[in-house]
Amino acid sequence: MSFPRITFWRVVLGAFLVAGFCATVLRFARGLGAATHLSNAFPWGLWVGFDVLCGVMLAAGGFTLTATVYIFHLDKFRPIIRPTVLTAFMGYVLVIVALFYDLGRGWFIWHAIIMWNPRSVMFEVAWCVMLYTTVLTLEFAPILFERLRLEKLLRIQHAIVIPLVILGVLLSTLHQSSLGSLYLIMPNKLHPLWYTAWLPVLFFLSAICVGLAMTIFESSLSSRHFGKQLELSLLRSLGRVLLVTLLFYAVLRFLDLYHRGALKLLAMRSYETNMFLLEVALALVLPIALLMIPRVRESAGGLYLCAVLVILGFITNRLNVTITGMEASAGVHYFPKWSEIAVTGSIVGIGFAVFGLAVKYLPIFPASGERSATPVPAASQAAPRLSHARP
Amino acid sequence: MSKAILYDATICIHCKLCEQGCAQRNGLPYDDSIAAEEKQSEHKFTVVMAQGDKYMRHLCMNCLDPTCASVCPVGAMQKTAEGPVTYNVSRCIGCRYCMVACPFSVPKYEWGKTNPRVRKCDMCADRVMAGQQTACADACPTGATKFGERDALIAEAKDRIAGNPGQYINHIYGLEEVGGTSVLLLSSVPFANFGYPSDLSSEPRPLLTHQALAHIPDVLTLGGLLLGGIWWITNRRSEVALAEAETSDPESRGKRREG
Repeated sequence: MSFPRITFWRVVLGAFLVAGFCATVLRFARGLGAATHLSNAFPWGLWVGFDVLCGVMLAAGGFTLTATVYIFHLDKFRPIIRPTVLTAFMGYVLVIVALFYDLGRGWFIWHAIIMWNPRSVMFEVAWCVMLYTTVLTLEFAPILFERLRLEKLLRIQHAIVIPLVILGVLLSTLHQSSLGSLYLIMPNKLHPLWYTAWLPVLFFLSAICVGLAMTIFESSLSSRHFGKQLELSLLRSLGRVLLVTLLFYAVLRFLDLYHRGALKLLAMRSYETNMFLLEVALALVLPIALLMIPRVRESAGGLYLCAVLVILGFITNRLNVTITGMEASAGVHYFPKWSEIAVTGSIVGIGFAVFGLAVKYLPIFPASGERSATPVPAASQAAPRLSHARP
Repeated sequence: MSKAILYDATICIHCKLCEQGCAQRNGLPYDDSIAAEEKQSEHKFTVVMAQGDKYMRHLCMNCLDPTCASVCPVGAMQKTAEGPVTYNVSRCIGCRYCMVACPFSVPKYEWGKTNPRVRKCDMCADRVMAGQQTACADACPTGATKFGERDALIAEAKDRIAGNPGQYINHIYGLEEVGGTSVLLLSSVPFANFGYPSDLSSEPRPLLTHQALAHIPDVLTLGGLLLGGIWWITNRRSEVALAEAETSDPESRGKRREG
């Protein structure tokens, strides 16, 4: 086995992994206090805000695309199913890894299975994580079965794929929205630019936007680094849907701010308004404006840029809800400690690395020439003919 | 028969014997340096603050419908019928949602430990269950902290305000806040001066969550029906299209058989 070539990103990954290892030792040998800048005044920080909330959001492509292909039968998107399901599956696994860092007593995480409190949003979150990770495992399984030539298991998976996808979409709907619902109970703590009864709906809608953006992002990245990519026409379709979804979200967000009388807060210059404007510029204004320009919307580079903006914008949104918007009521300023950043960076790095390995060794992208031997359901075979058959 | 604590800041003399009594009952260290700390923490569950000659106590409000108990995913926080809100460490997974969600930011955490607990005043649950009063009320030499039936204490608080309107602001803190609490406060200056949130509605906080959680069955049933229905229609359409293509286009039929 040859030694991997040294590249800039591999050096960055290596540095993060070394720092992440030190941070892990610190976290589990000396506790949360030594490894984080969390305090009694600020109990949730980067690990909740990024690793959990953003992690789940970035995994949203899974349910968006499986619904598109399996439920709505838009079969032209079938080639993107695998990379998005892979991302979603990895996203959830990494969220669970992050939970073990953040939970004070993570080894009792299974308590949620037997010690119920259905009044708690966190209880809903816990069950969604458990059930949807199971669903994602089953959705991801065929990729492994195929590689290992387990034909019988493949057939069983195909028999249950529709109920599985429906369950996945329902669980995702609940899970994405419930992360917003977590904050419904603290109207006097979360800043009014972000606190709204519509938080669950906004979280759900933005998850769909990010799901679409992640699909474009991954495809572009894969084409650069692995020479495996999706047809530009597919990315263009995704770009158009992304534009519509972003517009819908933007209108809803604006109306919510307007009806709550929160728009006037923007007249005041403050840390919160600046962060709000940054979020809105990245997530909504810039990508919507760019996607409106046909030349941008039709080009691979333009779509990639818009996808990156949307992803960064909604990451800012989640961090604004969890950190920026909570600072004023807490009376403290929170900035993560090096060890928090190291763990988060390692987790993101591992995500990229595993994705790269999976693309390399598993049938993720439809490689030209070596079409997968998956038994495709009859309906999907029919679809490509649809356009020819119609008189 | 729900019990409560009435703290009257105008009778308080800032002797901090309640702090000491609390530390003793909870097995916490207490010395001059801890006495000087003006913040609730994992080793100090109650604090008497001073601003000039005005004093105010901080302790867990032991809400009637506690936010912490409603948000805890594993039910580690419980409201007892007698009044105290208790914490059961053997259930806790350490998510700290109780700390984030508490409208009074009462629960504290053992950040320095590798097997940390949430720490807070539990209104001396063991003593109250045994028919005793809380350690802080027991230690108070002036009656500023008084333990009793919640209804009786409310009546008494109202009498005190009515009897000395100049001495009190006309507000029993905890009577209405977040649906009422088992700790009631009287003061001559606004409670916000001592960090008590002044913008709390009388709506119990768990109702805010309930409005969202109540939709879960809708999402599961209607959502499931909707998705299943859409799948049935699109699938049927594909099947029909396939059948039509086969009957009207013998060439494609032949191709399909070969494939």
